[in-house]
Amino acid sequence: MFRRATTLLRRPLMGATSRRFSTDLPAAAVEDSSFVEAWKKVSPNVDPPKTPLAYMKPRPATPSSLPSKLTVNFVLPYASELSAKEVDMVIVPATTGQMGVLPGHVATIAELKPGVLSVHEGNDVTKYFVSSGFAFIHANSVADIIAVEAVPVDRIDANLVQKGLQDFTQKLNSATTDLEKAEAQIGVDVHSALNSALTG
Amino acid sequence: MAMAALRREGRRFATPLLSSPIRSSLISHSQEQAPNGVRSISTQVVRNRMKSVKNIQKITKAMKMVAASKLRAIQTRAENSRGLWQPFTALLGDSPSVNVKKSVIVTVSSDKGLCGGINSTSVKISRILHKLSSGPEKETKYVILGEKAKAQLIRDSKDDISLSITELQKNPLNYSQVSVLADDILKNVEFDALRIVFNKFHSVVQFMPTVSTVLSPEIVEREAEAGGKLGELDSYEIEGAETKGEVLQNLAEFQFSCILFNGVLENACSEQGARMSAMDSSSRNAGDMLDRLTLTYNRTRQASITTELIEIISGASALEG
Repeated sequence: MFRRATTLLRRPLMGATSRRFSTDLPAAAVEDSSFVEAWKKVSPNVDPPKTPLAYMKPRPATPSSLPSKLTVNFVLPYASELSAKEVDMVIVPATTGQMGVLPGHVATIAELKPGVLSVHEGNDVTKYFVSSGFAFIHANSVADIIAVEAVPVDRIDANLVQKGLQDFTQKLNSATTDLEKAEAQIGVDVHSALNSALTG
Repeated sequence: MAMAALRREGRRFATPLLSSPIRSSLISHSQEQAPNGVRSISTQVVRNRMKSVKNIQKITKAMKMVAASKLRAIQTRAENSRGLWQPFTALLGDSPSVNVKKSVIVTVSSDKGLCGGINSTSVKISRILHKLSSGPEKETKYVILGEKAKAQLIRDSKDDISLSITELQKNPLNYSQVSVLADDILKNVEFDALRIVFNKFHSVVQFMPTVSTVLSPEIVEREAEAGGKLGELDSYEIEGAETKGEVLQNLAEFQFSCILFNGVLENACSEQGARMSAMDSSSRNAGDMLDRLTLTYNRTRQASITTELIEIISGASALEG
């Protein structure tokens, strides 16, 4: 009867190690209860599928006092550039102009345009050139920045930028259709933003 | 000696009708496995079988190796793309139980088979979701990525398929490719809610069927006004385009492409993992089968040699006596 007692006792300890091969730990199970109920009604035999909430780390609640640091998540399709990093300030290139974000910033959704994203941490300033994307600033001093493409500014080749700018300006002048014109305009915008990022 | 016996055995199999039924009844134990009138089963058949099993084992082993190397490449990419959807879920939450008129189920599957149950899992989940979200005055359509889910869904819900896209993984997946695809889907189907069904990679032997929901901008606004999970959205200041609707539209499209990108990568990763474990178990099965066949082969050979010996000795003793 007690033969399995040791294994039963050991189980909670094993829980942490047996997950070692999995690549990301699911947070505490967060389920949409009405969805699960509806699912059980339709198909009692099949387990309901997971929803993204089950894989998310829960975000902290809005603190009552103003935090001294801003938590930044900066993600790209192929990498997480910054993940829950605590910094002093970020400046994001919103379509309405450069926007500085300090801890306790009002909750905002902003579209990004090609420009420089700078992350200020003490005296260190890291500058990235982002192509486009979105920035969400939450009330709990967490900023999520999603960009389609981003590179550190010091890795940009100034000569290629000049050449690209010339090419696209030429294309813009010789464009005949609306589509060509729009494509060339985007090229000119991106390259002039790159240029001003390098010089400014 | 053994080879000579084998050769004779082969010849005997070629002329099974010559052996007399009285004689064959004497050797009853090999009679059980042999066709009628044959003294013992031919080793030729077993040898051919062994050869084919060996070849199958070689193929499955090679496929396992290929899947393992592909998995390693794609796993890092899938893991790196995991950050991409989290901001959207943090902002807009996740509402799989939202009640809308037009739902579109985007089923992500693979183009190739031999990868365990991942495709049938996503098809099964999609079917139940279809049942769940259909009702009076409601419309549910499928958008299918990948050959395998198409083959399964076309059988019973041909009319509900509005778009199917295959050969997704011909080139290595990248974001621009997937966003073109997402744009294609957004242009061609009308939706209030998109439900993306894919298998999230958990480990080589485990994958989780997952449903992500993307709401259309109108529904996002409706839900935000109604309060509930999306109620907080109203407290956000929106900067960018002139109207809130425009930003929400951009946001929904961007969200869909990001979630689809992650979903496609996760599914490709699960596919390779599932293929690897499926091929591993089938090469193991082939090995077991080969062991059994070798045992049968040796036993039969030994039996035939013994029979030959008995025949010779009894013939000799008959001559002597």
